[in-house]
Amino acid sequence: MISSRALGLTPTFRQAVVAHKSSHSLILRTAVAKRGVQTQSLPPSAAEKILNEQRLKRPSSPHFTIYQPQLTWLGSIANRVTGAGLSVLMYGYCIGYLVAPETFASANVIELAASMPEAVKIAGKTILAAPFAFHSWNGIRHLGWDMTKFITLKGAYQSGYAVLAATAVSTVALVLM
Amino acid sequence: MQSLIARSAFVRSQAARVPVVRTFASSAARFQATPAEKPVLQKEFKIYRWNPDQPAEKPTLQSYTIDLNQCGPMILDALIKIKNEIDPTLTFRRSCREGICGSCAMNINGQNTLACLCRIERDSGKDSKIYPLPHMYIVKDLVPDLTLFYKQYKSIEPYLKNDNPPQGREFLQSQEDRRKLDGMYECILCACCSTSCPSYWWNQDVYLGPATLMAAYRWIADSRDTYKAERKEKLQNEMSLYRCHTIFNCARTCPKGLNPAQAIAKLKLELAAE
Repeated sequence: MISSRALGLTPTFRQAVVAHKSSHSLILRTAVAKRGVQTQSLPPSAAEKILNEQRLKRPSSPHFTIYQPQLTWLGSIANRVTGAGLSVLMYGYCIGYLVAPETFASANVIELAASMPEAVKIAGKTILAAPFAFHSWNGIRHLGWDMTKFITLKGAYQSGYAVLAATAVSTVALVLM
Repeated sequence: MQSLIARSAFVRSQAARVPVVRTFASSAARFQATPAEKPVLQKEFKIYRWNPDQPAEKPTLQSYTIDLNQCGPMILDALIKIKNEIDPTLTFRRSCREGICGSCAMNINGQNTLACLCRIERDSGKDSKIYPLPHMYIVKDLVPDLTLFYKQYKSIEPYLKNDNPPQGREFLQSQEDRRKLDGMYECILCACCSTSCPSYWWNQDVYLGPATLMAAYRWIADSRDTYKAERKEKLQNEMSLYRCHTIFNCARTCPKGLNPAQAIAKLKLELAAE
């Protein structure tokens, strides 16, 4: 009795054994469900081939599309996008100046900006100031991390929100300039 | 003979009538207080499924609804209940159910964590989405292929290397030196951090990832190890270590509350200061 429990047999099976000795086979057949699975015997050397065939077909699990939006990685993406955008603007302008110095002369740029309507001026300034402010402040945050300052989870979040606040303030200041 | 058949038939009909009684129950059921019926609290779980036997079929999210009041409090309890009662083909890894083995690491509601340490939100209006660890090859359903992850861990030689071990006594270490290992030796290698790291998603063939790098620093920081220079030399290249951009997803997701980002930052500082 106890040994059958130690073996992990089902209560149904135990009852069958203890209570009705004469009707073993009948109850046993109903208690132990038949498995409909057929197994195939293969040599151990075949395992690697099967594994490699499966490996070729394995999908890669979804990543950024299902990952929870968090300040950590969204901030990192923003840092990269603003950095790339500002670089493209700077290199683009410099190469443009080399190709056509007349068109991209400072006087022409100032004249073009001055001729724009007020709304476009403010929008343009915001679009330039916000990435610049964010990337600069976040750069300082990264320098801090590289000196192992505020390199805790709490520090990362506090400095992250501080960067966002500083970005907002300095964007407004730059636009008002 | 006939009487024997008649007797066995009698026993059999008796057997059918005998009520099911627990052999070791000390009192009959009617003397026991009946537990208060809990209301039904249905909750939907959407679980990533992919079957290697039908490789042409795209991975899908399969929906299961269970009664939370008939289930344990953790996501792992729900998975086990679904596997036991609804769909035995659902495949996932699990072992200790108490957050020390690291087997049941998966992406639950968008965050990597251990299913056994993650409570089920008791809001029945919202479903729970369960995916395998992100950007890993899938063996089946929630089981990712961790071969590369373990190979990377092996590559940093995660054991004490010392050519002159002390004779006849154990390695001695000051309390201060021992404290340097706190927060690193506790890692259970569940791979939650590495698979939460965007750098690891895009460069896992060349970048070691937070779990392995923290393990590497655990041995570099160990005062008893004499192979620090060789260990650092191995990491002194563009990819192995410096693909870390201090994103902090690793520290954010670690189910053990460890901080791989800090270990990597210290490692970078030591390598840069050489």
